[in-house]
Amino acid sequence: MSITYLEAIREAQAKLLHDDKRVFIYGQDVGGSFGGAFKATKGLAKEFPGRVLNTPISEDAMVGTAIGAALEGMRPIVEMQFADFSSVALNQILNNAGTHYWRTNIPVPITVRLPSGGTKGSGPFHSQSMESLYAHYPGLIVMTPATVEDAYTMLIDAVAIDDPVVFCEHKYLYYHLKADNLPNDGMPVGKARIARPGRDLTIVSYSAMLHESLSAAEEIAKEGFEIEVVDLRTVKPLDTATVLASVARTGRLLAVGESFPWGGVTAEVIARVSAEGFHLLDAAPARINAKDTPIPYHPNLWSTHRPSSKAIAAKARKILRE
Amino acid sequence: MLGMTDGGVFSENFLRSRLDVGYNRPMLQTARPKKKSQPKAPAHEKYLEAFRWMLLTRTFEEKLASMYRGGRITGGVYIGKGQEAVSVACGIFLQKGDIFAPLIRDQAGRSAFGEPLVDVARTYLGSRAGPMRGRDGNIHRGKPRDGQLAMISHLGAMVSVVVGSLMAKRGRGEKNFIGLTTIGEGGMQTGASHEGMNIAAVEHVPLVVVATNNHYAYSTPNDREFACANLVDRARGYGFEGYELDGTDLAACLDVIGTAVKRARAGRPPQLVVASILRLAGHGEHDDFSYVTDDIRREPFAIDCLQRTEAVIRERELADAETLKRWREEAAEDVENAFSAAQREPVPSGDDEDWSAISRRDLVDEIGEGGSS
Repeated sequence: MSITYLEAIREAQAKLLHDDKRVFIYGQDVGGSFGGAFKATKGLAKEFPGRVLNTPISEDAMVGTAIGAALEGMRPIVEMQFADFSSVALNQILNNAGTHYWRTNIPVPITVRLPSGGTKGSGPFHSQSMESLYAHYPGLIVMTPATVEDAYTMLIDAVAIDDPVVFCEHKYLYYHLKADNLPNDGMPVGKARIARPGRDLTIVSYSAMLHESLSAAEEIAKEGFEIEVVDLRTVKPLDTATVLASVARTGRLLAVGESFPWGGVTAEVIARVSAEGFHLLDAAPARINAKDTPIPYHPNLWSTHRPSSKAIAAKARKILRE
Repeated sequence: MLGMTDGGVFSENFLRSRLDVGYNRPMLQTARPKKKSQPKAPAHEKYLEAFRWMLLTRTFEEKLASMYRGGRITGGVYIGKGQEAVSVACGIFLQKGDIFAPLIRDQAGRSAFGEPLVDVARTYLGSRAGPMRGRDGNIHRGKPRDGQLAMISHLGAMVSVVVGSLMAKRGRGEKNFIGLTTIGEGGMQTGASHEGMNIAAVEHVPLVVVATNNHYAYSTPNDREFACANLVDRARGYGFEGYELDGTDLAACLDVIGTAVKRARAGRPPQLVVASILRLAGHGEHDDFSYVTDDIRREPFAIDCLQRTEAVIRERELADAETLKRWREEAAEDVENAFSAAQREPVPSGDDEDWSAISRRDLVDEIGEGGSS
């Protein structure tokens, strides 16, 4: 048996719908026989009648409706067609769901699925990685699974959590990643994973950038360096302890993310290591992000815009030389 | 076709083509503002009860404004002067199991739906014992477990939230519930309002949207807010049933909003009521509302609904002078009790606060020394 990252997301939703009557899926084109723009809900509307519902093109109202249903005890999963369009729903996610527990002592258990990140030819409005933006605001948990297994177990975790979860699933990984089977249990939410052990440099990454980082580590291994790669899994909460422990082993840090460079997850990782583990560092910490422009259309531009294994390896070599 | 309106007034034919829910008559004939009209007999059974909520609200909010001017309230004070008749009609027909998502000028409706006055005082004073515990203030309050949703400042955002709550109730098999949310003519121009009303009709939930046109979005008059002939025409566009209302006339408010509530409860499409009033105060108490023109102050919709209601009560002898005086004294006493109770309660402390924005304490992000904590 072989299952893709996308199929894992579908299977997780099927399990959630089967196991928990409070769960329903709400989003554009998720229902009927269509099953979503990426087919992440394929067949579910038929299997679970009345619980996989098409919506108007109304991202704000989709999330608002989910919030209202969650307050009445439901566990809605909202599918954004692309992460980029969740900008229309920022107000509901950040100002309504994100403030609700703090204000009223009543959490809002919604899960908002964001098909995230770049793929060739998708351009400025179908490629964005918004985890840094969501992590900036209080009141949300932000998940960024990098493996088929995590895509499956973390989505199940997300729906079980009483607080709002932004689930950033990477479109590039949808079809590229495969696993032999799906696990029953995953690592605890909020814990980072050592994806590759090493001793010379720590690369902290997540989502699709984990795989670019692992490729870079593989390449540099041929040159005699052992790079440790940390998969954050969730960017909020950020598992600072695991990152610091890794930097304690290696003395060097490179943070890699696909979102825009100003602020964000990589800046946060470096800020925390610098503030809490400055004595552990043998070289200045560094980071790589996408460029500070909109995401380009042509593959030649796109592959340069996002961090590639080649760019990560080049940056890693520079840090290793210091 | 659902929700057909003819210039905001249902035609006889339209009503005859509908299910008989006991209101099979052209209700809006008395509801349209008419110049020089005299109050009709206030036949509504809830007229006096509604008046008392209006009186309590006015008394409370006058005290609140006075405390604000005395520097005893932190932040803003937002009152509903002139909107009490519309607001009370929004709350007075709701029952346990209903959902109410009020906005900033809805104290009368909130009280009529069961919000204790002390909770209002607590929220303005930041008491730990209040529903918002000092974490949010003034009109941003609610008790969602009691069907009182806590508004956010972003107008229109609560419309779809009510829709979702109603869908969940329907999904659970609950019966005979409705949701009611309020908006202004200013808030009706947001994208969230549009998305929310559209999705309400798509989901066919038992929702009443009461929109009050108080003629100013903060300082901006109607002609810079919208360009349609009549806001109630939007009802047809959304698939709602729509009504116009003279918001200074309590009897009309009770009739029209009460009917909209009944029709929603009976399974009709979502209901839109557009009431016309003039806001008789600033946007908040910081605002001297000097932008309100003399011309608009002479419009029929500029009448003070509370004074108009009291005049009707006196004219029709629905209550004698002694009773009115007693009601006024009781309102003042209730207000005094609410503030004195709230003032005795502890306020929050930054050092003792639980600074967690999520309920799962094990998932709180520990910023550590690099952050502000």
